[in-house]
Amino acid sequence: MSLLSTPHLIGIKGLSRADIDLIFSTADNFKEVLNRPIKKVPSLRDLTIANLFFENSTRTRLSFELAEKRLSADIINFSASSSSVSKGETLIDTVNNILAMKTDMVVMRHPNAGAALFLSKHVKSKIINAGDGAHEHPTQALLDAFSIRGKVGDLGGKKVAIIGDILHSRVALSNIFCLQKLGAEVMVCGPATLIPKYISSLGVKVETDLRKALEWCDVANMLRIQLERQDIRYFPTIREYVMQYGLTKEILNSLKKEIIVMHPGPINRGVEITSEVADSSQSIILEQVENGVAIRMAVIYLLAS
Amino acid sequence: MQKRLLLNSTDFEITIKRLCYQLIENHDDFGDSALIGLQPRGVFVASRIHHHLSSILNIRNICLGQLDITFYRDDFRKREISAPAETKIDFEVENKNVILIDDVLFTGRTIRAGMDALLDLGRPKKVELLTLIDRRYSRHLPIAPDYTGIQVDTIATEKVKVQWKEIDGEDSVWLI
Repeated sequence: MSLLSTPHLIGIKGLSRADIDLIFSTADNFKEVLNRPIKKVPSLRDLTIANLFFENSTRTRLSFELAEKRLSADIINFSASSSSVSKGETLIDTVNNILAMKTDMVVMRHPNAGAALFLSKHVKSKIINAGDGAHEHPTQALLDAFSIRGKVGDLGGKKVAIIGDILHSRVALSNIFCLQKLGAEVMVCGPATLIPKYISSLGVKVETDLRKALEWCDVANMLRIQLERQDIRYFPTIREYVMQYGLTKEILNSLKKEIIVMHPGPINRGVEITSEVADSSQSIILEQVENGVAIRMAVIYLLAS
Repeated sequence: MQKRLLLNSTDFEITIKRLCYQLIENHDDFGDSALIGLQPRGVFVASRIHHHLSSILNIRNICLGQLDITFYRDDFRKREISAPAETKIDFEVENKNVILIDDVLFTGRTIRAGMDALLDLGRPKKVELLTLIDRRYSRHLPIAPDYTGIQVDTIATEKVKVQWKEIDGEDSVWLI
């Protein structure tokens, strides 16, 4: 039994507030480890972890790999394009083959929503969901909330606006769950065509005007336009999206208070945010990446124990 | 289970002071030395010793740190582990004479983990061990203290519990 209330990390939905607090305090400890000359701890040297990425990723995959190596675990990497999946092997077969080689934990990113939950019910291994379709991306939400906490302390009562392509974003959904569990108020903002119809039933505010959202919030989490997930056109041109929803330094400077700017990456410079904003002192984008390794170390460590 | 008092609060203070003088004999003004207490309970001993040393020598900046060894334990998956506590060492360990401090020395496994954790932080010139209580003949590893408060003979099922004025109202050591 792990130190968390759940044996897998499928989504933020399955985590309690106490779990999230424990992950954060463990991540604080790991952040200290990552600042030492020897950035490793021997805790998980008896574990082998399989990273199964059925979808492209740079940040998340590298972040998980680094986290696993810092915990002294052995790693095997799997990417769908160079594997037997192209020969028609099923998901369960792929994973069971890997588990037959005595791997103890699986970190998986898959294009289908529910893939991680499905896997957790059919194979004997701990599963960490690194993103399943447009459903959840729990470690991203955890590192986002952890980064905000690092800047402003307790998230209770803080106002966070998630801005961009909400419809296709697993980051948005996981963030909504996580921020609400921590007592923050959440608003989603974007073109009406990219905001899911019943999202207000999750208790979030909905806004289609960028300026109003920015005036309201303490933190703005900018999302990328997910062109690879868009089968139809949700807005006339990218240029029009940029004019209405692109975050520029002029807009930031004109606000009454200094807000924090975040982005899960990868950034489309000049689309959802300009280079000036991404590189400004209000942006914590690189801190998010740094915190990502510590958070993933915490999650893996707590699930493994 | 019978509770037996090993050190009352008067003897406790005398022991701590005597340990301080032993340390001063070897470390002079602590310019090149550092006290590091092991979480969770060694930090109380370390901070008490630090307090007395500072007042005896009238020096303000004796290095004091706290080291958590949860990630270095050798029984990680074999028993109920508590969440890790804070490691706070805001000085360079490199080339320092480090005094690792814990409250009770029993099997020595905690100290072994402490040394592994310490060596991942840098290369100290020398590492010594200070323990308030030495449970004799119970070692699982070849670890020996350099400074000892008192030695007790115990059996494996017994526990030695140190109580602190700040938390339990009175300094004392009990055999339970």
